[in-house]
Amino acid sequence: APPKKQPKTIENMRVPDETKVDPDNEEAMISLQTDEMAPHFNQETTPKILITTSDRPRQKTNNFCKELKKVIPNSFIKYRRGLDLKKIIPQAIAREFTDIIVINEDAGEPNGMVLCHLPDGPTAEFKMMNTKLCKELKRLGEMTEHIPEVNLQNFTTRLGLTVGRMLTCLFPTRANFHGRRVVTFHNQRDYIFFRHHRYHFRNADNVGLHELGPRFILRLRSLQKGTFDSRYGMYMWIHKRHEMDGNRRKFHL
Amino acid sequence: MQSDDVIWSIINKSFCSYKVKTKSQLFCRNEFSLTGLCNRSTCPLANSQYATVREEKGVCYLFVKAIERAAFPRRMWEKIKLSRNYATALKQIDENLIYWPKYMKHKCKQRFTKITQYLIRIRKLTLKRRKELVPLSRKVERRESRRAEKALIAAQLDTVLERSLLQRLKDGMYGDIYNFPQKAFDKVTEEEEISTDEEMEEQVEEELEEEDELELEEEEDYEDVGQVEYVADEDFDESDVSDIEDADDTTDSEEEEEESSEENGKSKGKKKAKKPPASKKRPKVHIEYEEEAPSTSRAQALTF
Repeated sequence: APPKKQPKTIENMRVPDETKVDPDNEEAMISLQTDEMAPHFNQETTPKILITTSDRPRQKTNNFCKELKKVIPNSFIKYRRGLDLKKIIPQAIAREFTDIIVINEDAGEPNGMVLCHLPDGPTAEFKMMNTKLCKELKRLGEMTEHIPEVNLQNFTTRLGLTVGRMLTCLFPTRANFHGRRVVTFHNQRDYIFFRHHRYHFRNADNVGLHELGPRFILRLRSLQKGTFDSRYGMYMWIHKRHEMDGNRRKFHL
Repeated sequence: MQSDDVIWSIINKSFCSYKVKTKSQLFCRNEFSLTGLCNRSTCPLANSQYATVREEKGVCYLFVKAIERAAFPRRMWEKIKLSRNYATALKQIDENLIYWPKYMKHKCKQRFTKITQYLIRIRKLTLKRRKELVPLSRKVERRESRRAEKALIAAQLDTVLERSLLQRLKDGMYGDIYNFPQKAFDKVTEEEEISTDEEMEEQVEEELEEEDELELEEEEDYEDVGQVEYVADEDFDESDVSDIEDADDTTDSEEEEEESSEENGKSKGKKKAKKPPASKKRPKVHIEYEEEAPSTSRAQALTF
């Protein structure tokens, strides 16, 4: 009988990406390790996050921010009050913040996120979809204050790894394993799924997961070198719809 | 020369293409109009002595009408660049419109003031934050959300997460927190192998027993019986194993349901891909089929 064929999935038909980082490739690993996020991984800085929104946020965005504050340890929410981001950034640096998250909102729903790493880290703009607050999810558990573990899945290309590192920078490096909290950023076909779970090992090969916290999907829109500067900033990557959306097998993260 | 009164009487009474009439006011849409209103004194067509201030790209110019060139509209207006300094620009207006009626000069200066004010505001605003309203394309949004759903399904978030957590456990990241020593795991996998071997042996024994039984009954059909049974063995094996697995699954699910009732709200983690947990010994289910060998005439003859 002829051998059984493997079904073709989008994942295995994916156009191979040249920027895919090989763990053996020393150059790439070194360049990754010495990028702007390196101080966090060397434990020179502890993350301190500033969460804010666009002007005049609605209830849903506000609640979402509050939940984010619970998920991310050592984070602070500040009301926007029509301030310029460019003016907020130097003040935040002065107060030793390491990251700024701006949740953009449209029609009552959060629909975008700007993640800016300070002092001079890259700025990533995401499109946010399908945000589900804790209230809207069923049978949730209660969050605690333990430092969660971060789980990154499927970030393969150079761009993907940079974004992955930015997301890990939000959380402190030393996770509290007794707390059994895990935060997952799973990249699939350029969509980053965020999940927040409590896990428990029933035995050596069985884990139970209990979901806590919100869910959302992120899609990277652009990555800019340096802090937020939409006019004069140097963009490392922008999502160009007409070029990139045409091919259904080509992904960038 | 142009007779202003005649022009005005015609424009005013019958038709002026630059005139816009609203309920309360008349406006003049002419680009060289000094004020935007339609008046006898501010009509650019009906005044031979006329001047305006206009700005192009942030620079203000004083436009003066040279009525001698009324036949060449393109060259009719003289353009004088005004200084960036507000005070000197006002003086320039005065100089260029010397001996002109005060009304004209005053209106020019007023217009110039307004223009500089709005230019200042533009410059200030460009420095501040700019909110850009980006239109959403419904088609694109729908496409993205559809692809996100499919990506979600393809992602198998929970299983991948579990796998990675188990991997971390195996790699020893959690240290001594959990007491699942590696030895026990290996032992368990060994057990599994042993139990499957035993089963195979047992089943073979069963077949032999059956054969013996049948031998006693019908000797002559031994070969046929043997043959038939041999084939049946293989099918038999598989069904047996699968039956055992099902039995396992059902017992598993029962146990798990009990657990879930005890621990509230852990139901989300329940329906996972079930592989029979290696730590449990398979309950051995003996399924004996009594097969009637195809009766031949000889056999019938014997029994009879």
